Amino acid sequence: MTAEPETARAPVAAPARGRRPRPHSPRRAGWTPWLYLAPALAVLGALLVYPIYQLGLISFLEYTQAQVSGGEPTSFQGLANYTALFSDSQFWSVLFATVVFAAACVVTTLAVGCALAVLLTRVRALPRLALMLAALGAWATPAITGSTVWMFLFDPDFGPVNRVLGLGDHSWTYGRYSAFLLVLLEVVWCSFPFVMVTVYAGIRAIPGEVLEAAALDGASQWRIWRAVMVPMLRPILTVVTIQSVIWDFKVFTQIYVMTNGGGIAGQNLVLNVYAYQKAFASSQYSLGSAIGVVMLLILLAATLVYLRLLRRQGEEL
Amino acid sequence: MSVVSGRAVKSAMGVRLRGVLGVRRPGRLVAEGIALLVAVVVAFPLYWMVLSAFKPAGEVQSSHPRPWTLSPSLDSFRRVFTQQDFGRYFLNSLVVAGSVVLLSALIAFLAATAVTRFRFKFRTTLLIMFLVAQMVPVEALTIPLFFLMRDLGQLNTLGSLILPHLAFSLPFAIWMLRGFVRGVPVALEEAAALDGASRTRFLWQILFPLVFPGLVATSVFSFISAWNDFLFAKSFIISDTSQSTLPMALLVFFKPDENDWGGIMAASTVMTVPVLVFFVLVQRRLVSGVGGAVK
Repeated sequence: MTAEPETARAPVAAPARGRRPRPHSPRRAGWTPWLYLAPALAVLGALLVYPIYQLGLISFLEYTQAQVSGGEPTSFQGLANYTALFSDSQFWSVLFATVVFAAACVVTTLAVGCALAVLLTRVRALPRLALMLAALGAWATPAITGSTVWMFLFDPDFGPVNRVLGLGDHSWTYGRYSAFLLVLLEVVWCSFPFVMVTVYAGIRAIPGEVLEAAALDGASQWRIWRAVMVPMLRPILTVVTIQSVIWDFKVFTQIYVMTNGGGIAGQNLVLNVYAYQKAFASSQYSLGSAIGVVMLLILLAATLVYLRLLRRQGEEL
Repeated sequence: MSVVSGRAVKSAMGVRLRGVLGVRRPGRLVAEGIALLVAVVVAFPLYWMVLSAFKPAGEVQSSHPRPWTLSPSLDSFRRVFTQQDFGRYFLNSLVVAGSVVLLSALIAFLAATAVTRFRFKFRTTLLIMFLVAQMVPVEALTIPLFFLMRDLGQLNTLGSLILPHLAFSLPFAIWMLRGFVRGVPVALEEAAALDGASRTRFLWQILFPLVFPGLVATSVFSFISAWNDFLFAKSFIISDTSQSTLPMALLVFFKPDENDWGGIMAASTVMTVPVLVFFVLVQRRLVSGVGGAVK
């Protein structure tokens, strides 16, 4: 339809018609695709690939304030930074906390998101719209304002939550686990909408007869979910799971803001915040980079699993 | 079309199920009750944020907070915009997010066209690399990016926020736009070529308008990641507060002795509302866009 103006001006283009038509056929692509790709590749090369190389490089060097200011030359340390990191018991406890925290966030987010997606299919338009709008609001809220609001809600002095629960001036950020729980609630609040909306769209795409047949056979909602929906939604569930793993593993803002930079004595540190503190607070850039490399490798492993699953599902590239 | 018929099928199914099972209605009322309750709980933090922003100081810092206010005031907002140069920070955030959206939309559109409309060597390799690049944890690269920005002389400028976010939003934008570009029939391109339209002309005058809805959906994600950025702003804007963006300005209201909650909530509201508006405006495209990307 948009091509119509072109057709109207056909007389002008007539000579071109005389020539062999130029279908933009795959064979004659030549260098055009590379021309189109050039800006993207330039940006990605300079600001993604090069920094990754730098990250790896710095993790093998001695790189502290002295080297940053140019006072001392950088020196190659081999694996010394990694040995130092791996023999530090704090690193292992932070890694463990990160994995457990991310796993808890992912499981809770998926459970809440899927349950609400199923719920959405069983209600009329008005409650559905209400829940969708509320979820959209939580989804759109920036991580930092979400964090400040949740802190205020759970504030020991002025927050409504302690008032309603009758907890007096109990501080949620004082204890290690209650602080993690508070952050988890905020993370789930702002990340379940993505799962809910995506899974709901997936359920809507399942042919009605299939669900109807299951219901007529007397299957419970749980049975329908397990035996009918999950197998049919598998591609979508894979995507939302992997996305959640990736997001929750690298949570930074919420932990940093809500626990004030990693909690009392670093009790609420996760890898990301730990790397930041090492590098920018104590100027141990090479140690921070080594932590970054560890994170990168873990997420790369998750990505490879994801790619394999996509392949198996026959995703066409 | 298909949505409408899908809905029709579903409601017809509901009617039949009710007929067969006879006990649908109470179950549905319970479900609707739960849905409304969850909606209230999910919306509550945002409601509390806006409410606290409009409460007078005495009611915010009260040990018996009430879920309403009888004397709304703009004091907190006034404090935010006068004490703190919030208007400027707002503008800075807007410049960063706006530049990232525009640049990434243009660059991603070209790249997505290249990988969907042409077959060439390394095409699949590139696609896989774009996918892997999406997974790279932005935060892990803060240290090398800090040194890169220092060497480029970009520290303490908005450029130090625009450039990294551009790089991080591109892979996802390309991946997502791919679906939209692929949706434009090849026949259209052949027709344009037959009519003598050059490749460039086809690209900008035919393909671009057709893919525009997809660009909008994609830009939401670029906008949000740039607008919400906290880590880079904290790491790269170290000494020149005139270049601060909203997240950093927000933290100024946290004081060691006593947090100015009224100010924090007003500032949070100012920061949240633009994203909220953006989100609601494009939500339809967003949902279908995510579906497209998922597929």
